[in-house]
Amino acid sequence: MAKEYSFYPGCSSQKGASSSNQLRSTQTICEELGIKLNEIPDWNCCSASIGYAGGGELPRLTLSARNLALSEQHHAGQDVVATCAACWLATREADERLKHDNQLMAEANEALKEAGLTFKGEKKIRHMVEVLIEDIGYEEMKQHVKKPLEGIKIAGYVGCQTNRPFGIDGESFENPVYLDKMIETMGAEPVENYDKKVSCCGGALMFSEPEKSQALVKDIIEAAYDGGADMLVTPCPVCQMNTEAYQEQINKKYGTKFNMPSVYYSTLMSVAYGRSAKDAALGGQIIKAKQLEEIAAK
Amino acid sequence: MSNLNTATVEKYRNNFLREVEANVEEGHWVKMCMQCGVCSGSCPLGPHWDHPPQKIFMMIRAGKRDEVLGSSSMWMCTSCYNCIARCPRELPITHIMHGLAHYAKRLGLAPKNQPTKKFAQIFWDSLSKKGRVNELKLGLSLYFMNGFAEGVKTSLKMQKVGMGMLKTKRMDPLEIVGGHGCKDKKGLQAILKKAREIEDAKAAKFQQA
Repeated sequence: MAKEYSFYPGCSSQKGASSSNQLRSTQTICEELGIKLNEIPDWNCCSASIGYAGGGELPRLTLSARNLALSEQHHAGQDVVATCAACWLATREADERLKHDNQLMAEANEALKEAGLTFKGEKKIRHMVEVLIEDIGYEEMKQHVKKPLEGIKIAGYVGCQTNRPFGIDGESFENPVYLDKMIETMGAEPVENYDKKVSCCGGALMFSEPEKSQALVKDIIEAAYDGGADMLVTPCPVCQMNTEAYQEQINKKYGTKFNMPSVYYSTLMSVAYGRSAKDAALGGQIIKAKQLEEIAAK
Repeated sequence: MSNLNTATVEKYRNNFLREVEANVEEGHWVKMCMQCGVCSGSCPLGPHWDHPPQKIFMMIRAGKRDEVLGSSSMWMCTSCYNCIARCPRELPITHIMHGLAHYAKRLGLAPKNQPTKKFAQIFWDSLSKKGRVNELKLGLSLYFMNGFAEGVKTSLKMQKVGMGMLKTKRMDPLEIVGGHGCKDKKGLQAILKKAREIEDAKAAKFQQA
């Protein structure tokens, strides 16, 4: 029987948006693993970590409370699952802070009443990789591998928000190993001691402070090359976009010759599970992941 | 000076710490800082802060109101949560920085052309209008946030990045006319309006107390 979850896809996953390829490949691995994602009806933006200039504390927390109230109403008994790091973080943070503070909770509910909603706080908020690691497990993830990704060396770039402040599976903040283990499970080789594994890509400041953020990304990619990596793999939509889309600008500024694919773990898994390039969303790569394309075409 | 700013200056004269504790998100944590500096050393944009977090905390206690609220420091936060993960006193530093930035902006004291301040506001406006962020409009308003001429220049510079996103169907030119949004836009806007009212009422009460 399929495991069912109340799914919060987030703005960037929508059709024609920056991480629509993550959603596509996530759907593929969910099919393989018997996971059913039920989209929260009429979900809204979580305001990520950058909405703070316009939105005060209560408006921001209430945004997440609306999503959770809708989930409680429509998907009773199902954990909330997000694929986007910022969505997961904002939602879980809001849940914890509202439950911790009775006054904030009452105020959020007073605001939600405007649309006839109530937030009770009865849900567990989880990241997709937690579902994979805790509910499915590495063993079972491995059993579905049809085309082991042999001979590919990958830098597991965890980044920030799929790590801090909550952590995944109780792992350390400074050197989490879940992504390396997932890479290994798919038959590829993780870069050992990848120096920039949990370094920041600049996040949303890639837009407002491009030079400062591109300097951070330069180090992340350089360290991957130093470790002998063929590509980066990441769980986060912002990390993925920041490490892929700006390589040409970085090359121009620093005289580097970066051309390193950056893929989602879900794309990697889809290929290893023997699915097509389309199901793995390989068409979403700005820098083509040729090794994965070849395996998918076999 | 904005009215709110004048009123808060009057009320908290010489006690900026109390003002922060009362009005800034998670501000009651500021006094717990023991000045170890781990946060400043852990920040990916650390070298770009006028005053790194540890210094900001001491400046708040020293009553340096204008220097703190008028600084571009808090706007350098990338929300990487390194400082939160490492702070030995477990201060929610990321949230305090967001809170200080929001408070400074609300009082009209944030630096006028701070780019992250502008971008964060554009992001909020985009999401609160339809309930979901419109990435295309977000990007374009960002390029044009410093005027038309500057915008054309930035757009040209970013052309290749945009083409890459377009070709891989990770950007949709049709978003410009409609785009994604919540069905219950009215309900969402009513919720946000109410939340804002509650928060404003709380701030007003602090001022009178």
